[in-house]
Amino acid sequence: MKHVIVGAGPAGVTAAETLRKADPDGEVTLVGGEADPPYGRMAIPYFLIGNIADSGTFLRKSDDPYDGQGIRYVQGIAEDLAADDGKLTLADGQQLDFDKLLISTGSHPIKPPIDGLDLPAVHHCWTLQDARDICGLIGEGKDVVLMGAGFIGCIIMEALALSGSNLTVIEAQDRMVPRMMNKTAGDMIANWCRSKGVNVMTSAKVTGVAEDGGKLSITVDNGETLPADLLVVATGVRSNMDFASGSGIDMDIGIKVDDHLQSSINSIYAAGDVAQGPDFSTGGWDVHAVQPTSVDHGRIAALNMAGHDVTYQGSLNMNVLDTVGLISCSFGLWQGVEGGDSSEKVDTANSRYTLLNFDGDLLVGAVTLGRTDHIGVLRGLIQSRIRLRGWKDKLMEDPNLFVEAYVDLTRT
Amino acid sequence: MALTNKVLRVNLSNGTCESEATNAEWAKKYLGQRGLATKYMVEEVDPKVDALSADNKLIFATGPLTGTAAPTSGRWSVITKSPLTGAIACSNSGGFFGAEMKNAGWDMIIFEGKSDGPVYLDITNDQAELKDASNMWGKTVWETEDMLREIRGDNDIRCASIGPAGESGVLFAAVVNDKDRAAGRSGVGTVMGSKNLKAIAVRGTVGTQVGDAMKFMQAAGAAKQILADNAVTGEGLPTYGTQVLMNVINETGALPTRNANDVQFEGASKIGGEAMHEIRESDGQANLVSNNACFGCPISCARISKIDPEHFTVKGRPEYQINSGGLEYESAWSLGAATGVDDLEALTYCNFICNELGMDPISLGSTIAAAMDLYKEGAITDEDTGGMKLEFGNTKALVAIVEATGRGEGFGVEIGQGSRRMCEKYGRPELSMTVKSQEFPAYDPRGIQGMGLTYATSNRGACHLRSYTVASEVLGIPEKTDPLTPDGKAGLVKAFQDATAVVDSSGTCIFTTFALTMDDIAPMIDADLEGDWSSETLMELGERVWNLERKFNMDAGLTAADDTLPQRLLKEAAKTGPAKGKVNELDKMLPEYYELRGWTADGVPSNETLDRLKL
Amino acid sequence: MVKALHIVVDDCTGCQQCEMACSYKHEGVFNPAKSRIKVFEFKDQGRSVPYTCTQCSDAWCMQACPVDAISVNTQTGAKEVSGDLCVGCKVCTIACPFGTINYNHTSGKVDKCDLCGGEPACVEICPTPALTFIDAETTGMEKMRYWAEKTDQGQTAQT
Repeated sequence: MKHVIVGAGPAGVTAAETLRKADPDGEVTLVGGEADPPYGRMAIPYFLIGNIADSGTFLRKSDDPYDGQGIRYVQGIAEDLAADDGKLTLADGQQLDFDKLLISTGSHPIKPPIDGLDLPAVHHCWTLQDARDICGLIGEGKDVVLMGAGFIGCIIMEALALSGSNLTVIEAQDRMVPRMMNKTAGDMIANWCRSKGVNVMTSAKVTGVAEDGGKLSITVDNGETLPADLLVVATGVRSNMDFASGSGIDMDIGIKVDDHLQSSINSIYAAGDVAQGPDFSTGGWDVHAVQPTSVDHGRIAALNMAGHDVTYQGSLNMNVLDTVGLISCSFGLWQGVEGGDSSEKVDTANSRYTLLNFDGDLLVGAVTLGRTDHIGVLRGLIQSRIRLRGWKDKLMEDPNLFVEAYVDLTRT
Repeated sequence: MALTNKVLRVNLSNGTCESEATNAEWAKKYLGQRGLATKYMVEEVDPKVDALSADNKLIFATGPLTGTAAPTSGRWSVITKSPLTGAIACSNSGGFFGAEMKNAGWDMIIFEGKSDGPVYLDITNDQAELKDASNMWGKTVWETEDMLREIRGDNDIRCASIGPAGESGVLFAAVVNDKDRAAGRSGVGTVMGSKNLKAIAVRGTVGTQVGDAMKFMQAAGAAKQILADNAVTGEGLPTYGTQVLMNVINETGALPTRNANDVQFEGASKIGGEAMHEIRESDGQANLVSNNACFGCPISCARISKIDPEHFTVKGRPEYQINSGGLEYESAWSLGAATGVDDLEALTYCNFICNELGMDPISLGSTIAAAMDLYKEGAITDEDTGGMKLEFGNTKALVAIVEATGRGEGFGVEIGQGSRRMCEKYGRPELSMTVKSQEFPAYDPRGIQGMGLTYATSNRGACHLRSYTVASEVLGIPEKTDPLTPDGKAGLVKAFQDATAVVDSSGTCIFTTFALTMDDIAPMIDADLEGDWSSETLMELGERVWNLERKFNMDAGLTAADDTLPQRLLKEAAKTGPAKGKVNELDKMLPEYYELRGWTADGVPSNETLDRLKL
Repeated sequence: MVKALHIVVDDCTGCQQCEMACSYKHEGVFNPAKSRIKVFEFKDQGRSVPYTCTQCSDAWCMQACPVDAISVNTQTGAKEVSGDLCVGCKVCTIACPFGTINYNHTSGKVDKCDLCGGEPACVEICPTPALTFIDAETTGMEKMRYWAEKTDQGQTAQT
């Protein structure tokens, strides 16, 4: 059995390792698109700050984690997929034959249609190479503008701020991290960031970027014009699936997969940021571009590729973010569900916030700010569908007791 | 080392919270907690001050072992001048508040002045701030703790607060922490209330360091082993709590019953430790749910009880159908034997109310017993009590008057003044079972002679926890002495008083001394602190603390004439039991005691003694 | 024979000696706030519940770690955090459905129970039978598996 895994992020690497164990006799080929060994995007901010060397971001730390473990590692970019023939063609012309293919090609950042975003001082901060590129452009006294205060923008924001740069963050929507936080929490994060010296603009759009005397000049629709040594664009990502467009595979915002992570073509699976898979909370299909989902996808897809029958109960949307020291999390249906109760506790003075959303006596979503201890039980409460019984009323009164609720309900 | 070397000084008059260094010289001489805080009181407060005035100070203090892995390291104290006794007050508590305060980085918190309006002190490590408590004033201890947790959004905070009793001036109001532990005696909660200080909420994540950690862990480990192997600390107290004593003391003929009219209570077996284990017919459950530990305690003597949901006290009141702090020996005695009530469930309820409203059950029960005596004697009538039939053994009347006292309603206002003031008001001062205006606890000095001297000489008024000679006279620890003879008791009392002063200054619990000697305790302190700490230096330190307290009291106006007992104990012989026909022979013990203490015949520490103790 | 930390809730008196031993062992200070085992107190039930990592076979924390900072100690079966490799991204803290791996604000990295290399300090100090370190097969592993399965059926189907 020939297994090819295209894309060597967390989903791809996990899948390769899982396959290596689950199908000891099969061939496992892992295709990485970048010059660097597989690395973790969540570690990039710490590389930017200088806490770790680039090797500190690598997904695996052992000496020879791929070829040495029986995983053939190939560098190349996928260009074409011939599903019926079982052939994947790379940009350099190399052809890889497969019986089973896992697409875990991730996603790429996109630039909005604004003039000037092709100027040299405009960068994404997506890949490790991007990070290296902007390292030299940030620092004491530099003017840096971050366009987009979504999750991806925010994870590097702290690094940009800590570098000593004069940082301005421009978010088109009415709050920071709009896809992860409600207005209350998003505003609390914005206020926190402002108190740490970051200039935060919300409901503001960049309308144009020009070069002016060696510096960028960024025009914002709120009337301001900002000089910048660096503009980081973090306005969204799109799944890397163009190479598969001629294959007839079913795709939407990602490659559509079922509860076995199998695509519309039997021999092909997808995992991670490129996969539009079952959503635990909604029962629908979505892309949850986060590390835990990627590794879950990778492992379960691999087990099914190896001939096991493993059902995935869906990914839970969840995020953890550290914005200049304020730690926030969101889980599941943080926007709530129709007819469900909601319990909220705002502590502005201490930048603490807890929001729990219920469907009957089940927890279905949560947002927290300023707390980290035992935070994972929110996943446990939601994904184990634990009936809260008497704790529902207590949590309606004081949502901060969710850890106590979990421990009490599961340790009897 | 395991002093944080930081004192938080809170001025309630001007709303400031300031950190200052702990006085290192004083710490060397007085260790911490009871001893060190008393030194601060002596240096900073005029002993003649009105205890309820802004000039009195209120000190929350931990010891060097508080918050460490030493066994029973959850102890802490409240030190102030008592409004009940006019003497120095040091009330100890366990639970978790003290360790949290220590882990936040504070040896002591000194409150001075008086706030204009209700406030609480909010502490997170080195951050301390006074905050408005208007919405908490009038709330119970339980409600206040719940409110503070919700305000803070942190279930891990620890609280110490007063209830309505402390606000309304009940003279034996307690400071209650962790909902059911209390610095109970001498009205320290009354002082807190007089300052408009409702509560302290603390979260400490700094932790506690010790000097030589390896040595310390060895010493603490050895002490824990001794506690585990000992019959009292390893078995009796975990199983029955202090309630193990109810039947023992009753059989000794030293259970003060019906305001000490008797020394044995026919209902004792119904309200003791064994009874708490018995399965109720009504709901198939026992009163006792489990035992519980204070911070760092391997003994876990605390009782968690649940009242029979069908009992009249809680029926239809789900807020009381919970598991909460159950009866200790002292509360079972004071609310039960002293009043002649043998209804275990009712007594448990009254104990809940003491925790919830913030009262000392010993003083409360004893004062109610005195009122029942007044009622029996006709000194008070239904007119005075508002129709309450305050008869010995009347369970419903007991429950009603306990609630009324905590709420400051009706005749409860008189009870709230304590037994000495109440009995004087109604013209029968001899019916007050008090020393220095504080109600004596659950040991009748006619049946246990040494406890007579203990009560008479206790620096905070009648109290068993200043020299628990019961250990020797009844339990045979460290060696058995005859409870019916006054011989040798002066020396016993002095030794117990000095040792207890050390333990109360260390941050650990006096219950360890059922098993540990000073030779077991000293190595922990020695590993913890700089300098050499031997049994001898510690015992001298204990004696120093005792004399310092005595000096405060003398300066406050107390004299040898206050070192006495209620006439009933000295004149009316025990009617039944082993002590039948005996009175307490205080006159045979007191002069010897003064002499052993190095005090004059008038009970004043001699200059020689003061010099020897470097006072 | 792999041993596991066995917790008998009914035997816990809530004294927190385990928290002191744990924080002393890992941080050199008596500090329950920095302990990897935490005793939850349910006051009105009169119940104290010691709570820590079960070293679950799914090891969501380990799988979710983007920098390979969590690994299995083959001697003890414990999932251990490498302080050198952990970057402090906190992904594991939301991935663990038990909430037993926590961010440490002081170190900027995550903490979890490591079974003290096979001699758990909490067990050593516990004055009651609430905490013992015994043959994994005889502990309440079944109960842990139950909750693990409920959390993600897909992941435990492989075992």
